[in-house]
Amino acid sequence: MSTNGKVHIPVGQEAVELKGWYGAHKFLIWRRISQAFFLFLFLMGPWLGIWWVKGNLASSLTFDFLPLSDPFITLQMIFARHWPGTTALVGAFLVILVYAQIGGRVYCSWVCPINPVTDGASWLHRKLGIQKGWQPKRSARIWILGTVLLVSFATGTIAWEVINPITMLHRGLVFGMGWVWGLVAAIFLFDLFVARHGWCGHVCPVGAFYGLIGARSLLRISAVKRDACDDCMDCYAVCPEIHVISPALKGKGEATPLILSPDCTNCGRCIDVCAMDVFAFTNRFDTHVEAPTDAVSDPEPPTQNAA
Amino acid sequence: MATPAKPKKIDRRRFLTDTARMAAGCAVGGSLLAYVARDAKALPDQALRPPGALAEDDFLAACVRCGLCVRDCPYDTLVLAELGQDGPATGTPYFTARDIPCEMCDDIPCIAACPTGALDKGLTNIEHAQMGTAVLVDQENCLNFLGLRCDVCYRVCPMIDEAITLEPRHNERSGAHAIFEPIVHAEHCTGCGICEKKCVLPEAAIKVLPVRLARGTPHEHYRKGWEEKDAKGAPVVEGIIDLPDRLPGPGTDNLAAPGGYIDGLVDGLPAMPKGNFGGSFEPTFKLPGVGQ
Repeated sequence: MSTNGKVHIPVGQEAVELKGWYGAHKFLIWRRISQAFFLFLFLMGPWLGIWWVKGNLASSLTFDFLPLSDPFITLQMIFARHWPGTTALVGAFLVILVYAQIGGRVYCSWVCPINPVTDGASWLHRKLGIQKGWQPKRSARIWILGTVLLVSFATGTIAWEVINPITMLHRGLVFGMGWVWGLVAAIFLFDLFVARHGWCGHVCPVGAFYGLIGARSLLRISAVKRDACDDCMDCYAVCPEIHVISPALKGKGEATPLILSPDCTNCGRCIDVCAMDVFAFTNRFDTHVEAPTDAVSDPEPPTQNAA
Repeated sequence: MATPAKPKKIDRRRFLTDTARMAAGCAVGGSLLAYVARDAKALPDQALRPPGALAEDDFLAACVRCGLCVRDCPYDTLVLAELGQDGPATGTPYFTARDIPCEMCDDIPCIAACPTGALDKGLTNIEHAQMGTAVLVDQENCLNFLGLRCDVCYRVCPMIDEAITLEPRHNERSGAHAIFEPIVHAEHCTGCGICEKKCVLPEAAIKVLPVRLARGTPHEHYRKGWEEKDAKGAPVVEGIIDLPDRLPGPGTDNLAAPGGYIDGLVDGLPAMPKGNFGGSFEPTFKLPGVGQ
C-alpha cells in the first residue's frame, strides 16, 4: 500500500480507499463543525435573537453567567499598565484552565475562525505545488509574542489588537465587517504565495501563547502504531506544524510515541490521512507502542498487544 | 582539520546571527506596530465614548473590544468601530450623538457589562457622566439667538435648567423683544448628545465635543476671590485699603487734583468748566501731601 518508487499518489488517497471518505476526513469534518458551532454560538444573538453567548472571542459572557476572556489580550492589558477587572481575570483564568488540559493550540484548530482560511490556503498551496517560500524559524512567533508585549508596555495599548486577524474576523462576523475581508484575503495570499503555513505556523503570537498554555496538556496524539508506518509522508503533507511529527513517529525503542511538542494543534489531520492508522488521540501518560494489527510483509516483534 | 572547538564556534556564531536577525526583525516589526497602535489613539471629535470610559490613553489599554457594552445598550446607541470605515480604533465602542444619543439609563448597563474596567464601575450616577460637553457652536444660525423661541435643546436636555439654561437678554434688532440664549453649564452636562440629536437645524448648532476641546482649564493656583470672600464671610485680606474707583469725567481719576481741574496746573488743558462741582466733591482717599 505504500508509495513505492516515484509513483505520486495524491495526499490521503490511500486513506480514502481504505477507510472510506468519511474515515479519511473524520477529524477535518468535526473540526469544521466545531469551528462553525463556536461561531454560531456568537451569531445566534445577532441573527436569531437568542442571546446565549454575548461578546466575541476577545471576551464573552455565556448565559449571562460564564465569563471567558482571551488570556493573551488580558496579558497585554496588564503590560499596558491597566489591571483587568475581576470578570476579565476570571474569564482568562477559566480559558487557561481548559486549554492547559486539552492543549492550548486546540484553540487554533478547533475554534479560531482564521483556521479555515489558512487551511484553505494550505490546501491550494499543496494542489498548485508552490514552493514553501519564506520559512522563518519556529521560534519567530515567540519573538513576536515578546515584541507585542513590549510594544503594549511602551504604547500603553493592547497592541496586537490593532492587527489581530482572529478577533477582527470574529468581531467582523458578529458585529460588522468593515474592511476585514481585505485583511482575511491578505492572510490567505500570505499563506499561499509568501510562506507555507506562514501565519499560523510562524507569525501568530496568539497561537504561540496558546501553545505555551498547553505545553503540559493531557490530550495528546500518539504515533501508537508507528511500526506500521509505510513512509507515505501523507501526514507530513497535511500537518501544519511538520516538525512535531518526527520525534514521535521516527522514534525507536524507548522513545515516546507521543507528540509532545506544544506546537501540535491536535487537529487530527494526521489520523485522517494515515492509511495505516498509525496515529490516535490519547493522554500524555499513555506511552505504549502497538504492533501492527494487519499482516505486513516484515512485521517487527510486537512490543505490546492491545486492541 | 576539524578541531573539537570548531563546530562549537560555528554554533555560537549561528546562535548570535540568528538572535541578531530575530531581534532586528522584531525591532522593525515592533516599531511599525507601535506606530500603528499609537496612531489608533487619535479619536475623531464626533465619536463619543460610552459613559464612564477611561481617558482615551487609558481606554485603549483596557478595552478588549468585546462589544458586551454594545450588546447591553438598550437603545442601540453604542456601536463597535469597523475596520477602515469608522474613525475610532477598530473594534472599540463609541456613539455618534447626531445618530443615536445616549439615553442616560439609571442602571448604566454598559458599565455593568464591561469585563475589564475600561468603563469605570466607579461611575454609579449617570448624571455625573462626562462623555463630552455640549457647546453651542453656531450662534449665527441658532434659532434662539436669532430671537425665535425654538428652545428645543433646552427642553430635551435630561438635565434641564442645570446643564442648559435660557438666559434672556434684549433683542437689539427688533428693539422690542427678548432673546433667550441657551447657555450650557459644563459641570452639569453629561455629554449625552440629546440636544445635538434634537437640534432642528439640518446641521446641529449645538454639538457635543470631547471635553478637551470644549473646555479650558484654569491654572491650579487661581483662586476666585469673590468665592473665597463669600466662603469666609469677610474680606480675604484684613485691613485692605479701598482704593478710589476710576470713573469717567472729572473726579477721582485726577490724582493731581482730586475732585476736579485746577486751572493752569497742567498746560493745554481747557479751562475749568463752569458749574459748581469743583469744590463740593470730597474723595474718600487722599494721597499724602498732594490734596487740598
